[in-house]
Amino acid sequence: MTTTDPRPPGLPADLPDNDHKPLGHGRMHRKEDPRFVRGRGRYVDDVQLPGMLHLAILRSPLAHARIVSIDTSAAAAHPKVEAVVTGADLAAQGLAWMPTLSNDVQAVLATDKVRFQGQEVAFVVAEDRYAARDALELIDVEYEPLPPVVDVRTALAPDAPVIRDDLEGKTDNHCFDWETGDRAATDAVFERADVVVSQDLVYPRSHPAPMETCGSVADYDRVEGRLTLWSTTQAPHAHRTLYALVAGLPEHKIRVISPDIGGGFGNKVPIYPGYVCSVVASIVTGKPVKWMEDRSENLMSTGFARDYVMRGEIAATRDGKILAIRTHVLADHGAFNGTAAPVKYPAGFFGVFTGSYDLEAAYCSMTAVHTNKAPGGVAYACSFRITEAVYLVERIVDCLADELGMDPAELRLRNFIRPEQFPYRSKTGWVYDSGEYETAMRLAMDMAGYEDLRREQAEKRERGELMGVGVAFFTEAVGAGPRKDMDILGLGMNDGCELRVHPTGKAVVRLSVQSQGQGHETTFAQIVAEEIGIPPDDIDVVHGDTDNTPFGLGTYGSRSTPVSGAAAALVARKVRDKARIIASGMLEVSVADLEWEKGSFHVAGDPSKSVTIQQIAMAAHGAGDLPEGLEGALEAQICYNPENLTYPFGAYICVVDVDPGTAVVKVRRFVAVDDCGTRINPMIIEGQVHGGLTDGVGMALMEMVAFDEEGNCLGGSLMDYLIPTSLEVPDWETGHTVTPSPHHPIGAKGIGESATVGSPPAIVNAVVDALKPFGVRHADMPLTPSRVWDAMRGAATPPI
Amino acid sequence: MQVTMTVNGEPVTREVEGRLLLVHFLRDHLGLTGTHWGCDTSNCGTCVVWLDGEPVKSCTVLAAMAGGHEVRTVEDLERDGRLDPVQRGFVACHGLQCGFCTPGMMMTARALLDRNPDPSEQEIREAISGQICRCTGYATIVRSVRWAAAVERGEAGEVGEAGEAADEAGGPDVEPAAEPVATGGAQ
Repeated sequence: MTTTDPRPPGLPADLPDNDHKPLGHGRMHRKEDPRFVRGRGRYVDDVQLPGMLHLAILRSPLAHARIVSIDTSAAAAHPKVEAVVTGADLAAQGLAWMPTLSNDVQAVLATDKVRFQGQEVAFVVAEDRYAARDALELIDVEYEPLPPVVDVRTALAPDAPVIRDDLEGKTDNHCFDWETGDRAATDAVFERADVVVSQDLVYPRSHPAPMETCGSVADYDRVEGRLTLWSTTQAPHAHRTLYALVAGLPEHKIRVISPDIGGGFGNKVPIYPGYVCSVVASIVTGKPVKWMEDRSENLMSTGFARDYVMRGEIAATRDGKILAIRTHVLADHGAFNGTAAPVKYPAGFFGVFTGSYDLEAAYCSMTAVHTNKAPGGVAYACSFRITEAVYLVERIVDCLADELGMDPAELRLRNFIRPEQFPYRSKTGWVYDSGEYETAMRLAMDMAGYEDLRREQAEKRERGELMGVGVAFFTEAVGAGPRKDMDILGLGMNDGCELRVHPTGKAVVRLSVQSQGQGHETTFAQIVAEEIGIPPDDIDVVHGDTDNTPFGLGTYGSRSTPVSGAAAALVARKVRDKARIIASGMLEVSVADLEWEKGSFHVAGDPSKSVTIQQIAMAAHGAGDLPEGLEGALEAQICYNPENLTYPFGAYICVVDVDPGTAVVKVRRFVAVDDCGTRINPMIIEGQVHGGLTDGVGMALMEMVAFDEEGNCLGGSLMDYLIPTSLEVPDWETGHTVTPSPHHPIGAKGIGESATVGSPPAIVNAVVDALKPFGVRHADMPLTPSRVWDAMRGAATPPI
Repeated sequence: MQVTMTVNGEPVTREVEGRLLLVHFLRDHLGLTGTHWGCDTSNCGTCVVWLDGEPVKSCTVLAAMAGGHEVRTVEDLERDGRLDPVQRGFVACHGLQCGFCTPGMMMTARALLDRNPDPSEQEIREAISGQICRCTGYATIVRSVRWAAAVERGEAGEVGEAGEAADEAGGPDVEPAAEPVATGGAQ
């Protein structure tokens, strides 16, 4: 069942109303905010330990070069320097290379040659962060420059220099091939289709750029052989296991603490060389060591996002029935394949490129290559490449609408998967759990005043004004994932949860996922409160500390609520089941005669005979007898293995004005209708949507990590890599429908990345719509004034 | 070199290197870690503090330059155990998520309200335009500042049950929020 509740901005209803103190789901201010507004957040760089040293990394100035020699003598002689370490030093310990999350290897410190600008070459450990940086200047590295591979299109040319000669037998820059769907069936549909539209699309390389850069503090206790690592990680448990496997430290002697994280967006999923360097440095010096990268290091060396060169083809009937989609993708994976995705999914979840439409056939082939650029590939709130997939389908659907002369909203409405078709198996094998797409689309059109916008646009066009209306509809696949299909380096993507109710009825819930700003301390308290009737205030949420939480794979790909949220609900139900047995003893009735009313059990037919969960908690820990066979205490632990992914969806409409004189794009309005199933805290959900929409403005109009012919990174600072400020974004207009997931214990689907996925095509579609008087069918992101100006002059070029 | 300044009302004297940035002086030497370091180019604004009442980016000020001057940081917004209306506004209107940009945003907002008790949405957007938030999309930050402005103008009626609750040290706010923006006609 789908329900709707539009919340346009400006109305009181859009403010966090905290309508009542919820004993479960509902609007509620965040439990974590009191420390943040006092400046008392606890981030990694806030960790200060006695005797702590500081680590700085020397990075390659060249994109591709052989290391001839490294002279560290002057740096080592610096009075404040305690250690200087090179790749050769690490190689002697077997630590120069580490596995990536995609079964490739990556250099911790370069030994043979450097493969991208900004690659780690050596590190210095010194008494303070300034001295560490000074000493980097004293290291003398002699490089023999090699020709770089920068253009993804020529990376496989026979004469292209081979980047990965570290891999035995490697003679080219090929990374992997991948395909999905039915090629023959798709080709056959294309053969007989009335209309076929093709469009080349580039999704440029971008970067999550969280406000807090990556860093760590390693504290190795030589006597106990115990490592404590404070780290900016979205996946503390997975990292602990990988450190154990890589460094050979016993896993029970490693404690990873992920404290408050200043934004992640996927940037803090991989293990970076800097983390490993800090561990090595602490082992070498016997002292705590802090590594905190600067902004340029963050932008130039840590996980980038996107970088897909795509050809999209769509086949349809003359009256607008979409029949098939075919695509080929050239994927730039950089120097090392550092993609953080389930191992059976080298292209992430790009396979959902069939979008929200009922097709007859679909096929994708992909070729991934290495270039002399930083590794990464899955980051920036992309839901494992669904950003790229949604951009592809939503852009070519608009191209088809242009070809057919149809309204783009109408074309989508004609082709949606219908409610009665769920669960729906797509032509690439994904089983969509639930959806009512038309309801969401029509709500967005109502909120936007779609017909009025089109009328206004027609009037403005007559006056030579450039107004555009862009429509996009997306379906995500999140909550990875079922362990039969999904693992990261052999670790099944399941999450544990532990709940303890103390004797006085207060509780602590321990999670394997880790917030980077999503408000888990509030949301998860609410999930448990809803199930067990203890107020959220009385439930403490513990996360981000491997010694104090159960194992699980962490927070990314919008998986916290779909996976860990399910675990929290189920563990609470398990505790409630035990509480029911205790209550039956307290009330001296059979279990079957008890009825649960959030927070208490009462005897069926006699509400006056009841016990609260708090009374039950005390009895569970008390001196009196418990029902036979029952252990004391009131607690439980589970590990949740999702049955399927969840499929949030949404309808977005963007209105832009383009200045005909300067080609500056102004996003005037943005209407976002999201359906994430059951809504736990609407205030937090809307906040997540707002942030993702802003990402979309960034990617569509501003953000790109560019490179010159020599492989120099041209996006290595916030002066060059442009992120939206308060002046580039409008006030957001959000609405929602609610279509619960049928297989999730509370029907929730996840919301963290929906808006980042759905908004870029809406904005690009709006800009292209505005440029229709110039005959423009497509222009690639980022739609900066100069690129829009070129498009207006009929000279649009790809950004790479 | 020796540097002496007033930080959050307290005189402070330390021996520092001449090149030490104010942001590192505050964080590493005084332990005031509410002020953050997010870029090297004065673009992000997570480091904003007040220097003699003016918001400045403390990554672009030497500690030595602050000698003889007054510095105010986020840790000083709460006075006598009571949160500043700006702090309460950020809680009430969900003006923060990861919290990293929040101290800088609040210091700029406080300075704005001291000069302009009734800023328009556009004036707020311009005031914070030198700072980046990667989480909120800014709309809730704008609302937070307007909430604080309405409270300070006394237009909020029974103001800030939300804020009152947030005042309790470490105590979360789950009470119904007043809606001063709506009652003040601000939207």
